[in-house]
Amino acid sequence: MMPDLGKYATEVLSAYGASLALLAVLIWLTLRRGKAARAALQDVEQESGKNG
Amino acid sequence: MSIWSYANPVKFLALSAKVQPVLWVTSISCVVVGLIWGFFFTPDDFRQGSTVKIIYLHVPSALMAINAWFMMLITSLIWLVRRHHVSALAAKAAAPVGLVMTLIALVTGAIWGQPMWGTWWAWDPRLTSFLILFLFYLGYIALWEAVEDPDTAADLTSVLCLVGSVFAVLSRYAVQFWNQGLHQGTSIPVATGERTVSDVFFYPLLVSMIGFGLLFLALVLYRTGTEIRLRRAQALRVRLERAA
Repeated sequence: MMPDLGKYATEVLSAYGASLALLAVLIWLTLRRGKAARAALQDVEQESGKNG
Repeated sequence: MSIWSYANPVKFLALSAKVQPVLWVTSISCVVVGLIWGFFFTPDDFRQGSTVKIIYLHVPSALMAINAWFMMLITSLIWLVRRHHVSALAAKAAAPVGLVMTLIALVTGAIWGQPMWGTWWAWDPRLTSFLILFLFYLGYIALWEAVEDPDTAADLTSVLCLVGSVFAVLSRYAVQFWNQGLHQGTSIPVATGERTVSDVFFYPLLVSMIGFGLLFLALVLYRTGTEIRLRRAQALRVRLERAA
């Protein structure tokens, strides 16, 4: 049930598309960096544990 | 318990872990509900047609673009005065989120402006101050990356944040300062409460604004946790290298 956007359909859809894509990239990069940071900390903690 | 106790990274991470699940669910729910409500279940504006649906993205993102800088200003001041590392890292964590919010506001504004004003861009006071704010975000992030010593980077970026606050203020009040340009004044003045937006557009917009605000908070908490972990890993790595 797509609403009738009339002659401005391109503008409205491109605004939504661009914004949602930017938000998705931001969230993805945030989660990816978070995961990498947890892994890096875990590695170095294990290493320092081994070295006493 | 004092609020300053959360300047302790361990306490900050513990609190952050507790509130984040609720924040993520609530924020994403509000954004989804606000956008679906606004896109599918609101009428066209009698003058702007269906382009009015862009308001549910443009206004919340613009609001958060400015508020993110103010949050960075407060945390930068805390760093400069009290030297709490968590607050400096929170400012660092907020910058990319603010940058994306500014970019969304600029892109949606240009797309909305083209059919309404007949141009993608005008050197209007609000648009120009927003573009400068965007450049300040880029400069702020670049400065963090460019300076190797984290404390020096925090000092320099805090000063940059203070300077950039002028443009954050201008972005919000440019329309009142200069009665010229294409951009209209605020439709939802918080101080007077005399909004010019009809209820049918206002309520989904309100849900979307709450969603964007909470999403910003969730992202900043998560990213601050990431920065704390990276700083801790770096400190341990240096200690190991010295011991070797």
